[in-house]
Amino acid sequence: MKAVCRKKDGAAFVSLSGELDHHGAAAILDKLKACAEDEAVKKLVVDMSKVTFMDSSGIGALLGRYKTMSEKKGVMVLKNPNGQIYRLLRMAGMASLVEMN
Amino acid sequence: MENSMTLRFLALSRNESFARAVAGAFFAQLDPTMAEMADLKTAVSEAVTNCVVHAYGDDAPNRYVTLTMTLTGDTATVIVEDTGCGIEDVEKARQPFFTTAPGEERSGMGFSVMEAFMDALTVESAPGKGTKVIMTKRVGGRK
Repeated sequence: MKAVCRKKDGAAFVSLSGELDHHGAAAILDKLKACAEDEAVKKLVVDMSKVTFMDSSGIGALLGRYKTMSEKKGVMVLKNPNGQIYRLLRMAGMASLVEMN
Repeated sequence: MENSMTLRFLALSRNESFARAVAGAFFAQLDPTMAEMADLKTAVSEAVTNCVVHAYGDDAPNRYVTLTMTLTGDTATVIVEDTGCGIEDVEKARQPFFTTAPGEERSGMGFSVMEAFMDALTVESAPGKGTKVIMTKRVGGRK
């Protein structure tokens, strides 16, 4: 599991790739947390298009970042998750964060 | 179709993807749709992750997970067992968003996901007696 982060104009763009399970989440959590907790970051965009699998451990990792962003009145966007991942996001009440293009 | 297999492995997080891969290879015999396969792999992943996260203390001996998968006709059965600490209140543990590890980025959705993605879920557990999760799913496949 990999996370690549770049920041521009108050937004952080994180591209995740690999399998976002409990093992994968542990590998990228510090990076994802640092992005969300950066005071300058008001918008967190997570590109999910290269995430091939996710389970509820991935939900836990994303939900934590959503809370961080909400607390500082920021925005979080989850871009292009696959169908299996979208179904989980919907179960967790996070479907409104999803953007597809 | 009748077939069965059992796999025993250490409760390590790196074995979560291993368990999913084995489930994928075994259940491929049912010729499932991509969605059905994703459901089976996700349910296996949730059950195995529960064992890795909750069943054993760091220095517990014999930290093993046993994964048994069976095909009976067009029904897939998954049994995930550990010999760890067990669950005090199974009903509570099965409630959506309930977690005993709130500070550790856990969503508390594991059992809810297993329930949603499989047809039936049974959890047998008692404190100190380990946990056994039994799940079944009818696989229509691409026939």
